[in-house]
Amino acid sequence: MSDHYYHSHDLERFGEIGDHAPELAKKFFAWYGAVFAEGALTAREKSLIALAVAHAVQCPYCIDAYSKGALEKGADVEQMTEAVHVAAAIRGGASLVHGLQMRNRADGLSM
Amino acid sequence: MAYDALDGTTLDAGLADAGKGSSSAPQARRQGRSLPTLAARRAPLASAEAQLTLMRSVPLAREFPDALKDAGLWPLKARELDILQLNVGRVCNQTCHHCHVDAGPDRRESMTRETMEACLRVLARTEACVDITGGAPELNPNFRWLVEQCRALGRHVMDRCNLTILDTPAHADLPEFFAEHAVEIVCSLPHYRATSTDKQRGEGVFEKSIRVLRRLNALGYGDGNSGLRLVLVANPAGAFLPPPQACMEAEWRRELLRREDVRFDALYTITNMPISRYLEWLERSGNLEGYMQRLVEAFNPAAVAGVMCRNTLSVGWDGALFDCDFNQMLELPIEGPVHVDGFDLETWRRRDIVVDRHCFGCTAGAGSSCGGATA
Repeated sequence: MSDHYYHSHDLERFGEIGDHAPELAKKFFAWYGAVFAEGALTAREKSLIALAVAHAVQCPYCIDAYSKGALEKGADVEQMTEAVHVAAAIRGGASLVHGLQMRNRADGLSM
Repeated sequence: MAYDALDGTTLDAGLADAGKGSSSAPQARRQGRSLPTLAARRAPLASAEAQLTLMRSVPLAREFPDALKDAGLWPLKARELDILQLNVGRVCNQTCHHCHVDAGPDRRESMTRETMEACLRVLARTEACVDITGGAPELNPNFRWLVEQCRALGRHVMDRCNLTILDTPAHADLPEFFAEHAVEIVCSLPHYRATSTDKQRGEGVFEKSIRVLRRLNALGYGDGNSGLRLVLVANPAGAFLPPPQACMEAEWRRELLRREDVRFDALYTITNMPISRYLEWLERSGNLEGYMQRLVEAFNPAAVAGVMCRNTLSVGWDGALFDCDFNQMLELPIEGPVHVDGFDLETWRRRDIVVDRHCFGCTAGAGSSCGGATA
Protein backbone atom coordinates (compact mmCIF):
# COMPACT_ATOMS: atom_id res chain seq x y z
CA MET A 1 0.00 0.00 0.00
CA SER A 2 1.47 3.32 -1.08
CA ASP A 3 1.50 6.27 1.23
CA HIS A 4 -1.57 8.13 -0.05
CA TYR A 5 -5.06 8.49 1.30
CA TYR A 6 -6.52 8.63 -2.25
CA HIS A 7 -5.93 6.20 -5.15
CA SER A 8 -7.45 6.93 -8.58
CA HIS A 9 -7.96 3.22 -9.26
CA ASP A 10 -10.24 3.00 -6.23
CA LEU A 11 -12.90 4.74 -8.35
CA GLU A 12 -13.30 1.56 -10.41
CA ARG A 13 -13.74 -0.32 -7.12
CA PHE A 14 -16.76 1.72 -6.06
CA GLY A 15 -18.87 -1.45 -6.19
CA GLU A 16 -16.78 -2.93 -3.38
CA ILE A 17 -18.44 -0.64 -0.83
CA GLY A 18 -21.01 -3.46 -0.75
CA ASP A 19 -18.53 -6.09 0.43
CA HIS A 20 -19.63 -6.11 4.05
CA ALA A 21 -23.15 -4.82 3.60
CA PRO A 22 -24.47 -6.27 0.32
CA GLU A 23 -28.13 -5.57 0.98
CA LEU A 24 -27.53 -1.95 1.86
CA ALA A 25 -25.27 -1.50 -1.15
CA LYS A 26 -27.90 -3.01 -3.44
CA LYS A 27 -30.43 -0.49 -2.19
CA PHE A 28 -27.93 2.35 -2.49
CA PHE A 29 -26.97 1.54 -6.09
CA ALA A 30 -30.59 1.05 -7.18
CA TRP A 31 -31.49 4.41 -5.67
CA TYR A 32 -28.35 6.06 -7.08
CA GLY A 33 -29.21 4.85 -10.58
CA ALA A 34 -32.78 6.09 -10.28
CA VAL A 35 -31.63 9.51 -9.06
CA PHE A 36 -29.56 10.08 -12.22
CA ALA A 37 -32.16 8.86 -14.71
CA GLU A 38 -33.72 11.42 -17.06
CA GLY A 39 -36.66 12.91 -15.18
CA ALA A 40 -38.03 16.39 -14.47
CA LEU A 41 -34.36 17.34 -14.76
CA THR A 42 -32.35 16.17 -17.76
CA ALA A 43 -29.49 13.73 -17.32
CA ARG A 44 -27.12 16.58 -18.25
CA GLU A 45 -28.55 18.95 -15.61
CA LYS A 46 -28.13 16.22 -13.01
CA SER A 47 -24.57 15.65 -14.16
CA LEU A 48 -23.77 19.34 -13.73
CA ILE A 49 -25.37 19.41 -10.27
CA ALA A 50 -23.33 16.32 -9.35
CA LEU A 51 -20.17 18.02 -10.62
CA ALA A 52 -20.88 21.12 -8.53
CA VAL A 53 -21.63 19.07 -5.41
CA ALA A 54 -18.47 17.04 -6.02
CA HIS A 55 -16.50 20.28 -5.70
CA ALA A 56 -18.44 21.33 -2.61
CA VAL A 57 -17.74 18.03 -0.85
CA GLN A 58 -14.26 17.99 -2.43
CA CYS A 59 -14.46 14.36 -3.48
CA PRO A 60 -11.72 13.60 -6.06
CA TYR A 61 -13.46 10.41 -7.16
CA CYS A 62 -16.69 12.31 -7.85
CA ILE A 63 -14.82 15.09 -9.69
CA ASP A 64 -13.13 12.46 -11.88
CA ALA A 65 -16.39 10.63 -12.60
CA TYR A 66 -18.59 13.67 -13.20
CA SER A 67 -16.08 15.64 -15.29
CA LYS A 68 -16.24 12.78 -17.79
CA GLY A 69 -19.95 12.24 -17.12
CA ALA A 70 -20.85 15.85 -17.87
CA LEU A 71 -18.83 15.80 -21.13
CA GLU A 72 -20.56 12.59 -22.20
CA LYS A 73 -23.91 14.24 -21.51
CA GLY A 74 -22.98 17.04 -23.90
CA ALA A 75 -21.92 19.72 -21.41
CA ASP A 76 -18.88 21.78 -22.32
CA VAL A 77 -16.07 23.15 -20.18
CA GLU A 78 -17.68 26.61 -20.00
CA GLN A 79 -20.85 25.14 -18.51
CA MET A 80 -18.84 22.93 -16.18
CA THR A 81 -16.77 25.89 -15.01
CA GLU A 82 -19.94 27.82 -14.25
CA ALA A 83 -21.21 24.83 -12.25
CA VAL A 84 -18.03 24.89 -10.14
CA HIS A 85 -18.56 28.62 -9.56
CA VAL A 86 -22.08 27.90 -8.33
CA ALA A 87 -20.60 25.46 -5.79
CA ALA A 88 -17.94 27.99 -4.80
CA ALA A 89 -20.47 30.83 -4.46
CA ILE A 90 -22.65 28.75 -2.15
CA ARG A 91 -19.63 27.73 -0.11
CA GLY A 92 -18.42 31.34 0.15
CA GLY A 93 -21.89 32.66 0.86
CA ALA A 94 -22.42 30.00 3.52
CA SER A 95 -19.34 31.18 5.41
CA LEU A 96 -20.30 34.83 5.10
CA VAL A 97 -23.92 34.41 6.14
CA HIS A 98 -22.69 32.69 9.32
CA GLY A 99 -21.05 36.01 10.06
CA LEU A 100 -24.47 37.05 11.29
CA GLN A 101 -24.41 34.19 13.82
CA MET A 102 -21.00 35.49 14.92
CA ARG A 103 -22.41 39.02 15.25
CA ASN A 104 -25.45 37.84 17.18
CA ARG A 105 -23.23 35.95 19.60
CA ALA A 106 -20.73 38.78 19.87
CA ASP A 107 -23.54 41.29 20.40
CA GLY A 108 -24.97 39.07 23.16
CA LEU A 109 -21.61 38.90 24.89
CA SER A 110 -20.74 42.54 24.52
CA MET A 111 -21.81 45.53 26.57
CA MET B 1 -13.53 10.85 -43.60
CA ALA B 2 -14.09 14.50 -44.04
CA TYR B 3 -16.75 14.56 -41.33
CA ASP B 4 -14.15 13.50 -38.86
CA ALA B 5 -13.02 17.10 -38.93
CA LEU B 6 -13.21 17.73 -35.24
CA ASP B 7 -10.68 20.21 -34.16
CA GLY B 8 -8.28 20.57 -37.05
CA THR B 9 -7.27 23.83 -38.50
CA THR B 10 -7.20 24.79 -42.11
CA LEU B 11 -3.53 24.62 -42.88
CA ASP B 12 -1.62 27.42 -44.38
CA ALA B 13 0.51 26.21 -47.26
CA GLY B 14 3.74 26.53 -45.27
CA LEU B 15 2.76 24.18 -42.50
CA ALA B 16 1.58 21.59 -44.98
CA ASP B 17 5.15 21.01 -46.10
CA ALA B 18 6.26 18.91 -43.21
CA GLY B 19 9.78 19.38 -41.96
CA LYS B 20 10.33 22.55 -43.98
CA GLY B 21 8.78 24.92 -41.49
CA SER B 22 10.44 25.98 -38.29
CA SER B 23 7.40 25.23 -36.10
CA SER B 24 7.92 22.38 -33.69
CA ALA B 25 4.98 20.17 -32.84
CA PRO B 26 4.42 21.67 -29.37
CA GLN B 27 4.62 25.18 -30.83
CA ALA B 28 2.05 24.32 -33.47
CA ARG B 29 -0.26 22.97 -30.79
CA ARG B 30 0.17 25.97 -28.52
CA GLN B 31 -0.64 28.26 -31.41
CA GLY B 32 -3.80 26.26 -32.03
CA ARG B 33 -2.58 24.97 -35.38
CA SER B 34 -2.70 21.40 -36.58
CA LEU B 35 0.23 19.12 -37.07
CA PRO B 36 1.00 17.86 -40.57
CA THR B 37 -0.25 14.37 -41.39
CA LEU B 38 1.35 11.32 -39.81
CA ALA B 39 2.52 10.38 -43.32
CA ALA B 40 4.29 13.70 -43.86
CA ARG B 41 5.89 13.52 -40.43
CA ARG B 42 6.94 9.93 -41.14
CA ALA B 43 5.43 9.10 -37.75
CA PRO B 44 5.46 5.40 -36.78
CA LEU B 45 1.66 5.43 -36.54
CA ALA B 46 1.42 6.29 -40.24
CA SER B 47 1.57 2.52 -40.74
CA ALA B 48 -1.64 0.53 -40.29
CA GLU B 49 0.36 -2.31 -38.79
CA ALA B 50 1.79 -0.03 -36.08
CA GLN B 51 -1.73 1.22 -35.30
CA LEU B 52 -3.05 -2.32 -34.92
CA THR B 53 -0.09 -3.29 -32.74
CA LEU B 54 -0.63 -0.31 -30.44
CA MET B 55 -4.41 -0.84 -30.24
CA ARG B 56 -3.91 -4.54 -29.48
CA SER B 57 -1.36 -3.81 -26.73
CA VAL B 58 -3.92 -2.29 -24.36
CA PRO B 59 -5.14 -4.61 -21.57
CA LEU B 60 -8.87 -5.17 -22.13
CA ALA B 61 -11.46 -7.25 -20.27
CA ARG B 62 -12.49 -9.06 -23.48
CA GLU B 63 -12.05 -9.10 -27.25
CA PHE B 64 -14.72 -8.01 -29.76
CA PRO B 65 -15.58 -11.54 -31.00
CA ASP B 66 -16.10 -12.60 -27.36
CA ALA B 67 -18.48 -9.69 -26.79
CA LEU B 68 -20.45 -10.70 -29.90
CA LYS B 69 -20.43 -14.38 -28.89
CA ASP B 70 -21.76 -13.52 -25.40
CA ALA B 71 -24.56 -11.55 -27.08
CA GLY B 72 -25.31 -14.38 -29.53
CA LEU B 73 -24.28 -12.20 -32.50
CA TRP B 74 -21.19 -14.06 -33.74
CA PRO B 75 -20.13 -14.21 -36.53
CA LEU B 76 -21.15 -10.77 -37.74
CA LYS B 77 -23.05 -11.08 -41.02
CA ALA B 78 -24.30 -8.72 -43.71
CA ARG B 79 -27.88 -7.56 -44.18
CA GLU B 80 -28.59 -5.98 -47.58
CA LEU B 81 -26.15 -3.85 -49.55
CA ASP B 82 -27.72 -0.42 -49.11
CA ILE B 83 -24.67 1.82 -49.39
CA LEU B 84 -21.66 1.92 -51.68
CA GLN B 85 -19.17 4.09 -49.81
CA LEU B 86 -16.43 5.45 -52.04
CA ASN B 87 -13.38 6.93 -50.39
CA VAL B 88 -12.16 8.95 -53.35
CA GLY B 89 -8.91 10.11 -51.79
CA ARG B 90 -6.94 11.30 -48.81
CA VAL B 91 -6.35 14.84 -50.03
CA CYS B 92 -7.98 17.42 -47.76
CA ASN B 93 -7.76 21.18 -47.20
CA GLN B 94 -7.75 20.53 -43.45
CA THR B 95 -5.61 18.44 -41.11
CA CYS B 96 -7.92 17.73 -38.19
CA HIS B 97 -6.41 16.26 -35.04
CA HIS B 98 -8.97 13.49 -34.95
CA CYS B 99 -8.91 12.34 -38.57
CA HIS B 100 -8.86 8.54 -38.86
CA VAL B 101 -7.86 8.83 -42.53
CA ASP B 102 -4.70 10.88 -41.86
CA ALA B 103 -5.98 13.14 -44.62
CA GLY B 104 -4.36 16.49 -45.40
CA PRO B 105 -3.05 18.82 -48.09
CA ASP B 106 0.17 16.81 -48.44
CA ARG B 107 -1.57 13.54 -49.34
CA ARG B 108 -1.63 12.52 -53.00
CA GLU B 109 -3.84 9.41 -53.02
CA SER B 110 -6.84 10.08 -55.25
CA MET B 111 -9.25 7.73 -57.04
CA THR B 112 -8.79 7.64 -60.83
CA ARG B 113 -11.57 7.86 -63.43
CA GLU B 114 -10.88 4.17 -64.32
CA THR B 115 -11.47 3.02 -60.72
CA MET B 116 -14.61 5.16 -60.56
CA GLU B 117 -15.85 3.44 -63.71
CA ALA B 118 -15.32 0.06 -62.03
CA CYS B 119 -17.28 1.33 -59.00
CA LEU B 120 -20.10 2.49 -61.28
CA ARG B 121 -20.26 -0.98 -62.86
CA VAL B 122 -20.71 -2.46 -59.35
CA LEU B 123 -23.28 0.20 -58.54
CA ALA B 124 -25.33 -0.66 -61.62
CA ARG B 125 -25.54 -4.30 -60.44
CA THR B 126 -26.94 -3.34 -57.02
CA GLU B 127 -29.71 -1.21 -55.54
CA ALA B 128 -27.30 0.77 -53.34
CA CYS B 129 -27.09 4.51 -52.83
CA VAL B 130 -23.70 6.22 -52.90
CA ASP B 131 -21.79 7.74 -50.00
CA ILE B 132 -18.77 9.74 -51.17
CA THR B 133 -16.07 10.41 -48.63
CA GLY B 134 -12.36 11.21 -48.33
CA GLY B 135 -10.33 13.33 -47.41
CA ALA B 136 -12.29 16.20 -48.84
CA PRO B 137 -13.98 14.28 -51.68
CA GLU B 138 -14.59 17.50 -53.58
CA LEU B 139 -10.81 17.75 -54.18
CA ASN B 140 -10.84 14.69 -56.44
CA PRO B 141 -10.60 16.05 -60.01
CA ASN B 142 -13.37 13.67 -61.14
CA PHE B 143 -15.71 14.38 -58.23
CA ARG B 144 -18.43 16.18 -60.21
CA TRP B 145 -18.30 13.62 -63.00
CA LEU B 146 -18.74 10.82 -60.43
CA VAL B 147 -21.78 12.52 -58.88
CA GLU B 148 -23.35 13.00 -62.31
CA GLN B 149 -22.80 9.34 -63.25
CA CYS B 150 -24.33 8.09 -59.96
CA ARG B 151 -27.32 10.37 -60.47
CA ALA B 152 -27.67 9.18 -64.07
CA LEU B 153 -28.10 5.68 -62.62
CA GLY B 154 -30.89 7.13 -60.47
CA ARG B 155 -29.06 6.74 -57.17
CA HIS B 156 -29.21 8.92 -54.10
CA VAL B 157 -25.79 10.51 -53.44
CA MET B 158 -24.34 11.66 -50.12
CA ASP B 159 -21.28 13.87 -49.87
CA ARG B 160 -19.29 13.90 -46.61
CA CYS B 161 -18.19 17.49 -46.53
CA ASN B 162 -16.03 19.54 -44.17
CA LEU B 163 -17.90 22.79 -45.11
CA THR B 164 -14.75 24.95 -45.34
CA ILE B 165 -13.93 23.49 -48.77
CA LEU B 166 -17.13 25.13 -50.08
CA ASP B 167 -15.76 28.48 -48.95
CA THR B 168 -12.74 28.25 -51.29
CA PRO B 169 -12.89 30.06 -54.67
CA ALA B 170 -12.33 26.87 -56.71
CA HIS B 171 -15.40 25.24 -55.17
CA ALA B 172 -17.64 28.25 -54.66
CA ASP B 173 -20.22 26.96 -57.16
CA LEU B 174 -20.48 23.51 -55.57
CA PRO B 175 -23.56 24.30 -53.43
CA GLU B 176 -25.55 24.98 -56.64
CA PHE B 177 -24.13 21.82 -58.20
CA PHE B 178 -25.21 19.85 -55.11
CA ALA B 179 -28.71 21.33 -55.21
CA GLU B 180 -29.05 20.62 -58.94
CA HIS B 181 -28.20 16.94 -58.34
CA ALA B 182 -30.10 16.69 -55.03
CA VAL B 183 -26.92 15.56 -53.26
CA GLU B 184 -27.36 14.98 -49.53
CA ILE B 185 -24.74 16.92 -47.62
CA VAL B 186 -23.34 15.33 -44.49
CA CYS B 187 -21.05 17.86 -42.89
CA SER B 188 -18.98 18.29 -39.78
CA LEU B 189 -19.54 21.07 -37.26
CA PRO B 190 -17.99 20.55 -33.83
CA HIS B 191 -20.19 23.01 -31.92
CA TYR B 192 -22.90 25.60 -32.34
CA ARG B 193 -20.86 28.20 -30.46
CA ALA B 194 -18.10 30.15 -32.19
CA THR B 195 -15.77 30.13 -29.19
CA SER B 196 -15.87 26.36 -28.75
CA THR B 197 -15.55 25.70 -32.48
CA ASP B 198 -12.65 28.08 -33.08
CA LYS B 199 -10.84 26.79 -30.03
CA GLN B 200 -11.08 23.33 -31.52
CA ARG B 201 -10.61 24.00 -35.23
CA GLY B 202 -8.80 27.32 -35.47
CA GLU B 203 -9.65 31.00 -35.80
CA GLY B 204 -12.40 31.75 -38.25
CA VAL B 205 -13.45 28.17 -39.03
CA PHE B 206 -16.83 28.62 -37.34
CA GLU B 207 -17.58 31.76 -39.31
CA LYS B 208 -16.69 30.04 -42.61
CA SER B 209 -18.80 27.03 -41.73
CA ILE B 210 -21.81 29.18 -40.81
CA ARG B 211 -21.41 31.21 -44.00
CA VAL B 212 -21.53 28.00 -46.03
CA LEU B 213 -24.48 26.61 -44.05
CA ARG B 214 -26.45 29.81 -44.71
CA ARG B 215 -25.73 29.51 -48.44
CA LEU B 216 -26.94 25.92 -48.36
CA ASN B 217 -30.07 27.01 -46.47
CA ALA B 218 -30.71 29.69 -49.09
CA LEU B 219 -30.73 26.95 -51.77
CA GLY B 220 -33.36 25.03 -49.80
CA TYR B 221 -31.03 22.71 -47.88
CA GLY B 222 -32.31 21.92 -44.40
CA ASP B 223 -35.80 23.35 -44.88
CA GLY B 224 -37.38 19.92 -44.47
CA ASN B 225 -39.47 19.93 -47.66
CA SER B 226 -37.17 20.76 -50.59
CA GLY B 227 -35.80 17.21 -50.59
CA LEU B 228 -32.34 18.71 -50.13
CA ARG B 229 -31.10 16.99 -47.01
CA LEU B 230 -28.52 18.65 -44.78
CA VAL B 231 -27.03 16.60 -41.95
CA LEU B 232 -24.59 17.79 -39.31
CA VAL B 233 -22.07 15.46 -37.73
CA ALA B 234 -20.50 16.00 -34.32
CA ASN B 235 -17.77 13.87 -32.77
CA PRO B 236 -16.70 14.42 -29.16
CA ALA B 237 -13.64 16.66 -28.88
CA GLY B 238 -11.75 14.29 -26.62
CA ALA B 239 -11.58 10.86 -25.04
CA PHE B 240 -15.22 10.39 -24.14
CA LEU B 241 -18.39 9.03 -25.71
CA PRO B 242 -20.83 11.25 -27.59
CA PRO B 243 -23.93 12.55 -25.78
CA PRO B 244 -27.37 11.14 -26.62
CA GLN B 245 -28.07 12.04 -30.25
CA ALA B 246 -31.74 13.00 -29.86
CA CYS B 247 -31.03 15.45 -26.98
CA MET B 248 -28.16 17.01 -28.87
CA GLU B 249 -30.17 17.35 -32.06
CA ALA B 250 -32.95 19.23 -30.28
CA GLU B 251 -30.47 21.54 -28.57
CA TRP B 252 -28.46 22.21 -31.77
CA ARG B 253 -31.63 22.86 -33.75
CA ARG B 254 -32.78 25.43 -31.20
CA GLU B 255 -29.40 27.11 -30.72
CA LEU B 256 -28.29 27.24 -34.38
CA LEU B 257 -31.61 28.78 -35.35
CA ARG B 258 -31.56 31.29 -32.49
CA ARG B 259 -27.89 32.28 -32.76
CA GLU B 260 -27.12 31.88 -36.46
CA ASP B 261 -30.44 31.52 -38.27
CA VAL B 262 -29.21 28.15 -39.62
CA ARG B 263 -31.46 25.13 -40.24
CA PHE B 264 -30.57 21.49 -40.75
CA ASP B 265 -32.40 18.17 -41.08
CA ALA B 266 -30.56 15.89 -38.68
CA LEU B 267 -27.59 15.70 -36.34
CA TYR B 268 -25.48 12.56 -36.15
CA THR B 269 -23.26 11.88 -33.18
CA ILE B 270 -20.29 9.71 -34.08
CA THR B 271 -17.83 8.04 -31.72
CA ASN B 272 -14.15 8.66 -32.38
CA MET B 273 -12.24 5.61 -33.56
CA PRO B 274 -8.85 4.71 -32.10
CA ILE B 275 -7.22 4.94 -35.52
CA SER B 276 -4.59 7.16 -37.14
CA ARG B 277 -4.31 10.72 -35.78
CA TYR B 278 -6.94 10.20 -33.07
CA LEU B 279 -5.03 7.10 -31.94
CA GLU B 280 -1.85 9.17 -31.84
CA TRP B 281 -3.59 11.81 -29.74
CA LEU B 282 -4.98 9.15 -27.36
CA GLU B 283 -1.52 7.77 -26.79
CA ARG B 284 0.20 11.13 -26.47
CA SER B 285 -2.39 12.46 -24.02
CA GLY B 286 -2.30 9.34 -21.84
CA ASN B 287 -5.91 8.49 -22.70
CA LEU B 288 -5.42 5.35 -24.79
CA GLU B 289 -5.99 2.71 -22.13
CA GLY B 290 -8.87 4.54 -20.44
CA TYR B 291 -10.63 5.22 -23.75
CA MET B 292 -10.32 1.65 -25.04
CA GLN B 293 -11.59 0.34 -21.72
CA ARG B 294 -14.48 2.82 -21.81
CA LEU B 295 -15.49 1.53 -25.28
CA VAL B 296 -15.37 -2.09 -24.07
CA GLU B 297 -17.27 -1.36 -20.87
CA ALA B 298 -19.97 0.49 -22.87
CA PHE B 299 -20.52 -2.43 -25.30
CA ASN B 300 -24.21 -2.44 -26.20
CA PRO B 301 -25.56 -5.54 -27.99
CA ALA B 302 -28.55 -3.46 -29.18
CA ALA B 303 -26.15 -1.19 -31.10
CA VAL B 304 -24.79 -4.10 -33.18
CA ALA B 305 -27.78 -4.48 -35.50
CA GLY B 306 -27.30 -1.08 -37.14
CA VAL B 307 -23.53 -1.00 -37.62
CA MET B 308 -22.56 0.15 -41.12
CA CYS B 309 -20.46 -2.89 -42.10
CA ARG B 310 -23.71 -4.87 -42.33
CA ASN B 311 -25.14 -2.79 -45.18
CA THR B 312 -22.13 -0.96 -46.64
CA LEU B 313 -19.37 -1.81 -49.09
CA SER B 314 -16.34 0.41 -48.61
CA VAL B 315 -14.05 1.09 -51.58
CA GLY B 316 -10.62 2.68 -51.22
CA TRP B 317 -9.07 5.22 -53.58
CA ASP B 318 -7.23 2.38 -55.37
CA GLY B 319 -10.32 0.19 -55.74
CA ALA B 320 -9.57 -2.08 -52.76
CA LEU B 321 -12.64 -3.40 -50.92
CA PHE B 322 -13.29 -3.28 -47.18
CA ASP B 323 -16.11 -3.82 -44.68
CA CYS B 324 -15.95 -0.17 -43.58
CA ASP B 325 -13.84 2.99 -43.86
CA PHE B 326 -12.14 2.13 -40.54
CA ASN B 327 -11.04 -1.31 -41.73
CA GLN B 328 -9.85 0.46 -44.87
CA MET B 329 -7.54 2.71 -42.85
CA LEU B 330 -6.30 -0.26 -40.81
CA GLU B 331 -5.76 -2.20 -44.08
CA LEU B 332 -7.95 -5.09 -42.94
CA PRO B 333 -9.25 -6.36 -46.31
CA ILE B 334 -12.70 -7.80 -46.87
CA GLU B 335 -13.22 -11.57 -47.10
CA GLY B 336 -13.57 -12.69 -50.73
CA PRO B 337 -12.47 -10.67 -53.76
CA VAL B 338 -10.42 -7.73 -52.47
CA HIS B 339 -10.72 -5.41 -55.48
CA VAL B 340 -13.76 -3.68 -56.95
CA ASP B 341 -13.09 -5.38 -60.32
CA GLY B 342 -13.80 -8.76 -58.70
CA PHE B 343 -16.84 -7.78 -56.60
CA ASP B 344 -19.54 -10.40 -56.28
CA LEU B 345 -22.77 -9.58 -54.45
CA GLU B 346 -23.49 -13.16 -53.34
CA THR B 347 -20.00 -13.56 -51.85
CA TRP B 348 -20.47 -10.21 -50.12
CA ARG B 349 -23.76 -11.37 -48.56
CA ARG B 350 -22.28 -14.64 -47.27
CA ARG B 351 -18.99 -13.31 -45.93
CA ASP B 352 -17.98 -12.99 -42.28
CA ILE B 353 -17.32 -9.35 -41.45
CA VAL B 354 -13.71 -8.66 -40.41
CA VAL B 355 -13.51 -7.25 -36.87
CA ASP B 356 -10.85 -6.06 -34.46
CA ARG B 357 -10.71 -4.00 -31.28
CA HIS B 358 -11.70 -0.71 -32.94
CA CYS B 359 -15.12 -2.28 -33.58
CA PHE B 360 -15.93 -1.57 -29.92
CA GLY B 361 -16.13 2.06 -31.07
CA CYS B 362 -19.21 1.36 -33.22
CA THR B 363 -21.00 -0.64 -30.50
CA ALA B 364 -20.34 1.57 -27.45
CA GLY B 365 -23.26 3.25 -25.74
CA ALA B 366 -25.90 4.31 -28.25
CA GLY B 367 -23.74 2.92 -31.08
CA SER B 368 -22.09 4.80 -33.90
CA SER B 369 -22.15 4.49 -37.64
CA CYS B 370 -21.94 6.66 -40.72
CA GLY B 371 -25.60 7.43 -40.03
CA GLY B 372 -24.96 8.35 -36.40
CA ALA B 373 -26.28 6.45 -33.37
CA THR B 374 -27.55 2.93 -34.08
CA ALA B 375 -29.44 2.01 -30.91
